[in-house]
Amino acid sequence: MIRWLVAAVCFCIAASPVLAADPIEIGIGYLARAGVKPKLSLVELPAENDGLAGARLAIEDNNTTGKFLNQHFTLEEVRLKDNEDVAKAAATLAERTGFIIADLPADDLLKAADALRGRGTLLLNAGAIDDRLREQDCRSNVIHVAPTRSMLADALAQYLVWKQWKRWLFVVGSHDQDKLYADALRRAATRFGAKIVQERIFEDTGGARRTDSGVTLIQRQMPVFTQQAPAYDVLVAADESEVFAAYLPYRTWDPRPVAGSAGLVATSWHAAQDQWGAIQMQNRFAKLNSRHMTALDMQAWTAARMIGEAASRTKSGDPKAVADFLKGPDFSIAAFKGRRLTLRDWNLQLRQPILLVDGRMVVSVSPQEGFLHQVSELDTLGVDRPETKCRLQ
Amino acid sequence: MWRHCLLSGMAVWLATATPAAAFVAYVSNEKSNTVTVIDTDSWTVTKTIKVGQRPRGIEFTRDSKFVFVAVGDDDSIQVIDVAKQEVVDTLPSGPDPELFALDADGKILYVANENDNTVTIIDVEKRTRLGEIQVGVEPEGMAISPDGKILINTSETTNMAHFIDTTTRQIVANVLVDARPRFAEFKRDNSEVWVSSEIGGTVSVIDPAKRAVTDKITFNIPGLRSEAIQPVGIGMTKDGKTAFVALGPANRVAVVDAASHKVTKYLLVGQRVWHMAFTPDEKYLMVTNGVSNDVSVIDVAAQKVIKTIQVGELPWGITIAQP
Repeated sequence: MIRWLVAAVCFCIAASPVLAADPIEIGIGYLARAGVKPKLSLVELPAENDGLAGARLAIEDNNTTGKFLNQHFTLEEVRLKDNEDVAKAAATLAERTGFIIADLPADDLLKAADALRGRGTLLLNAGAIDDRLREQDCRSNVIHVAPTRSMLADALAQYLVWKQWKRWLFVVGSHDQDKLYADALRRAATRFGAKIVQERIFEDTGGARRTDSGVTLIQRQMPVFTQQAPAYDVLVAADESEVFAAYLPYRTWDPRPVAGSAGLVATSWHAAQDQWGAIQMQNRFAKLNSRHMTALDMQAWTAARMIGEAASRTKSGDPKAVADFLKGPDFSIAAFKGRRLTLRDWNLQLRQPILLVDGRMVVSVSPQEGFLHQVSELDTLGVDRPETKCRLQ
Repeated sequence: MWRHCLLSGMAVWLATATPAAAFVAYVSNEKSNTVTVIDTDSWTVTKTIKVGQRPRGIEFTRDSKFVFVAVGDDDSIQVIDVAKQEVVDTLPSGPDPELFALDADGKILYVANENDNTVTIIDVEKRTRLGEIQVGVEPEGMAISPDGKILINTSETTNMAHFIDTTTRQIVANVLVDARPRFAEFKRDNSEVWVSSEIGGTVSVIDPAKRAVTDKITFNIPGLRSEAIQPVGIGMTKDGKTAFVALGPANRVAVVDAASHKVTKYLLVGQRVWHMAFTPDEKYLMVTNGVSNDVSVIDVAAQKVIKTIQVGELPWGITIAQP
């Protein structure tokens, strides 16, 4: 009897289909600072999971593909509190994941990159748009998925020049990042033949972004602020700090359109983008997260998809194999932008078309027709190879 | 008198009879929510039919009496009666149907549902759903092997051609191809299946027996950046000798020697060329030009564009038959 049972059990084991080997586990970390950035417009206040939600969708997409390739992706989020040491947090996270998607300020990103140097962990910058991270401060273990300020500025300038709005009244905020965006816009104006007819500084004198009688006051302030300007076609505002630009449309002394940090804005993504199959992406995102998809969500999605893409092509979850593939000539990624996105090999910046949006609709997509380049028209946006200060090592 | 009657009767009969080779082309206009009907004798638009929202994939039934058109934003497939030239029925499908394939008997329809990573199987006569197959992210291209045993589905974000056994309805192989695979086409002798990759810019040639990519067709047009070359629709002559590949925003159709896989010619057509269909006699190939809102007619033997016909906005799919 027992012998019979044993035989039956053995038979069952032998007859059961061969179980698939355990899938290759590919862990991706998501490192960001806690807290949300202030916005003038209530509707633009980012969700707490801004960025992370995009990475989550990409993990789902990667796993749909991964089930055919026996690969499994997971995401681990780490939120840094105020003053928490980024280098330490990055090193701890890197013990568990070979890839880290970072939404960090420039200095934090550099600290994380240097802490992970020699460890083989690949950092994907999804949040910081600072040009210096791709230029004098570039690192060989950081791939930049977020566009740069200069890419955004060039995208906007190309359109304004195409539109023949070449005379700019230029208004710059008083914070450092406003000045950085202003630098990028000035460079763009020179490159593409626009003229800054006058520059004004909007001093941030402090104060609340939300008040009970705010509109009445703003309606008096903004026309006065934009009074007595030389003849101009468009007001271009550099206000990354969200202090004043959103108050300008419809309130300028002269009836002129606004662009830059309000009005027509350059961005990597927008919830209204529905071309090139993007509607599927928007639907998937909304279904998973019950909200609209932001530029940061898209940048994090793209970062996680790049890892997934490289893992499926190399059939490996090894950070070095994945990084080598991403940096190599065969890498490209489809990201609902109407053409393939590739990496600039001199500074590991992802080439990408930039959307110009008015808050509700996609107005245009740069590079604009007619801005030519010998390698890729996408390289008319941002700092090009001959101008780069990056020495990767 | 009698003779006169007979002659005039003959004249009337001759005038109204349809010439033997008259075909009709049905073109789906993605933005207009219409289907344009074109007479291929006169190359004129004879009718514009209102359909549901966002019509894309379009195909004649095997008996040529009906046309199926996937209306993605209405989550269904509509049935156009060719005699009446109007929508007469609706088939159930999953969310956002885009392209579909009809089996050899015309009884079973396989639909790619872009929104939920499935292929839906529909019984055409009973108008019921038979089942679903889970595939990769954003399923799109659909093709059935000449022997009917294998269904190919391409998934745009997963970048694979899924081989599905039509009997068991299980995936039996997944072949990785270049980015954003959009369309699949078998050679009639089942020796090859071609898959176009829109963003990758290539056509992968897959051996259906080995289920592996054996060759890749690349395109090189002087003066055009490679990013603008985005292969979508594929058409192959029945003898398997010549293939045509629509190259999207490159505004060209590539003529490919289907044996050597070498491009022999590029034909300039309208803007953002999408999909294509041969007339049943294979004398002509018609291609839809999405951005220029027209259809180009290619003389297959001469390999020349001979005509452009204005249709609705954003023409997408095309199917041709003898009604």
